[in-house]
Amino acid sequence: MFNRGAIINFRGVGHHTVDNVLRLGFATRFLVLTILHSGTCFRRMHLITRELYYTGVLSMIIIVVSGLFVGMVMGFQGYQTLKTYGSESALGVLVALSLVRELGPVVSALLFASRAGSAMTAEIGLMKTTEQLSAMEMMAVDPIARVVAPRFWAGVISMPLLAAIFSAMGVYGGYLIGVVVIGVDEGSFWAQMQSAVDFREDIVNGVIKSVVFGIAVTWIALFEGYDAPPTAEGVSGATTRTVVTSSLVILGLDFILTAFMFRGI
Amino acid sequence: MERSTIDLWVGLFVVAGLGALTILALKVGNMGSLTGNETYSISAQFTDIGGLKPRAAVKSAGVVVGRVADISFDGDKFVAKVTMNVEKRYKFPKDSSAAIRTAGLLGEQYVGLEAGGEEAMLLSGDGIKPSLTQSAVVLEKLISQFMYNKAAEGGSPK
Repeated sequence: MFNRGAIINFRGVGHHTVDNVLRLGFATRFLVLTILHSGTCFRRMHLITRELYYTGVLSMIIIVVSGLFVGMVMGFQGYQTLKTYGSESALGVLVALSLVRELGPVVSALLFASRAGSAMTAEIGLMKTTEQLSAMEMMAVDPIARVVAPRFWAGVISMPLLAAIFSAMGVYGGYLIGVVVIGVDEGSFWAQMQSAVDFREDIVNGVIKSVVFGIAVTWIALFEGYDAPPTAEGVSGATTRTVVTSSLVILGLDFILTAFMFRGI
Repeated sequence: MERSTIDLWVGLFVVAGLGALTILALKVGNMGSLTGNETYSISAQFTDIGGLKPRAAVKSAGVVVGRVADISFDGDKFVAKVTMNVEKRYKFPKDSSAAIRTAGLLGEQYVGLEAGGEEAMLLSGDGIKPSLTQSAVVLEKLISQFMYNKAAEGGSPK
C-alpha cells in the first residue's frame, strides 16, 4: 500500500521532531546550568572582561557605522515622506522613535548575532572538536563555569550597551542629514523629539528588548557551539545555524515584545 | 601586560554604552524636562475629546504645565473624564476653564487650561466645572454644519 520512500520520509519527520524537542530540552538544561555555574566568573571578573572585549568592543565598529548610516538613510527617506504632509519638523520624532523602539534593539541584535554569536559558536565548537573541553573536565575544571558562563554574561551585558550606541548614533545620523544637510529647523527637530519620546515607555522598553535579545542570541550561540558535532562540517553547520536561528528568534521575540509593550492606546 | 589594554578598551566600551543611554534619556527622551517634577491631578469632563490621547500635553498660555494621565468614559453622565497631572509649582484658580485644542490644522491635540479669577485654587483630585470645559472641535462636524447651512441658505430665496 505504501511504498518504501513514503515510509522513510514519514519516519524522518518523526525523527526530526523528536530530535528537535530533545535539543530544546538539552538547551534549556544548558541555560539553567550556565546560570547556576556563573558564580565563579563573577568572582573572577577578568574572565568576563576578556569576553566583553571580544564580543562587545570588537562589535562596536560595525554597530557605530551601521547605526550612523541607518540614521542618515532614515533622515533622507523620512524627510521625503513627511514633506508631502508639510510636517518636516516631525523628522526628529520619526527617526528617534523608530530607532529607540525597533531598529536599535533589532538591527544591533542581528549584527551582534552575525558578528559575535557566530564567533562564539565557532570557538566553542572548535574547543570541543579539539577536545579542549574534555581536557578541562579531566583537570576538574568545569567547562561551563570556565568557558560558557563568562561568554554568556559578556553577551548579556554588551547587547543593551551596543543597542544604545546604535540608537544614539542613528539619532545623530538623522540629525546630520535632517538638520545639517537638508536644513530642517534644529529647534523643532529636538523639541518635537523630546516631547514625543518617553523615557519609561520608549527608552526603557527598548533596553528591555535588547536585554532579551542578548540572552537569546548568546544562549543560542553558546548552545550550538557546545552541541556541535565534533567535525569540521559539524562546526560550520553549527555556525550557520547560530546565525539563522538567532535571527529568526530575534524577529519572533521582537513581535511578541512589541505586541505586549506597544499594543496601541 | 596585555590584560591592561583589554581592560582599558572594555572600560571605554562600557562608558560609551552608558553614555549613549544617558544621551538617549536626556537629549532624545523627555527625562530632563518634566518627569522628575512632582505633580497633582485634576480632572475635567468633556462631551467629546476628539483624538486626545493619554500623555498628551496640558498647556496654559502655550507652556506645557502637565500631561494627560488617564481618559475614561463616565457611564452615568455619558461624558469623557480626562485626568491630568499638573506640576505642583503651577496653581490654577477654581474657576479655570479647560478646552481641547489642536496644534496646527492637523497637529496633535492637547488640553488648554485658562486661569479664572477666583481666589481659591484647584487642589489635587478636584475637577474643573463641567460648564467651563470646551470639547474638541471635530472637523467633520464643522464641515457638515457648514454644508447644511449653505444648503438651507441656497434653497429658500430662489
